[in-house]
Amino acid sequence: MVEWTEFERSTIADIFSKLNYDVAGSNALARCLVVYPWTQRYFGKFGNLYNAAAIMGNPMVAAHGTVVLHGLDKAVKNMDDIKATYAELSVLHSEKLHVDPDNFKLLADCLTIVVASQMGSAFTPQVQAALQKFLAVVVSSLGRQYH
Amino acid sequence: MSLTAKDKAVVKGFWSKVSGKSDDIGHEALARMFAAYPQTKTYFPKWSDYSLGSADVKKHGKTVMGAINDAVGKMDDLIGGLSALSDVHATRLRVDPSNFKILSHNILVALAVNFPGDFTAEVHVAVDKFLAALSAALADKYR
Repeated sequence: MVEWTEFERSTIADIFSKLNYDVAGSNALARCLVVYPWTQRYFGKFGNLYNAAAIMGNPMVAAHGTVVLHGLDKAVKNMDDIKATYAELSVLHSEKLHVDPDNFKLLADCLTIVVASQMGSAFTPQVQAALQKFLAVVVSSLGRQYH
Repeated sequence: MSLTAKDKAVVKGFWSKVSGKSDDIGHEALARMFAAYPQTKTYFPKWSDYSLGSADVKKHGKTVMGAINDAVGKMDDLIGGLSALSDVHATRLRVDPSNFKILSHNILVALAVNFPGDFTAEVHVAVDKFLAALSAALADKYR
């Protein structure tokens, strides 16, 4: 089981309470598709991903970004058992979506950048460390059911 | 994943905005790295303070970013341009190259925090590629 300090718990709750899930989700996913273009392999049906402008403005990307953030919310609300909370999602990503789990880290890094841009200097090194620890647990849990 | 002409132009354009603040960026990137990736502190065992504001962190941030600023002007031949630094890292410092990726990530975070409007996805991908190419050049002499 992951041990969370009081600071980490309150920091994660605080970050996510202030996030607009639509905006952050779409920005993070779009950024991931631009910065790591091979991730586009999972979104063949999303239409125009031809260049950065197209990706950033693509409504299907935006909608899916929101889905991802709401998925993250489950972990925010269940920090003491993220592994169990994500068991089904992990199976889905492995068996149905066939996503290489290395991609989870890429998206997590993009979300970190998006949160950093939004929070500015409030995103201190300690806040960053807490968010990255949380996202690392999420990434690990999502990869747990792969075999 | 080599640097295209467009990548180089984007990096140079963005860097003209960054270079005035580059000491701060270096200082902040290092402080972030030590906080989020504590294993990186093992390369600086004699320091006592790894946080923002530490004199050691500020000084080293300036050194590192000075070299990176320099590398922006050497993008056409990073391996040649960074040859001496690669020797130092390979023979004397022996920093595991996985740490270059870690520092690069923290530089990106520092840039996002300080230049939220300018650090667009397009700038992000170009700078990420540049830092990756720089890291490869730095590791060139390792074996």
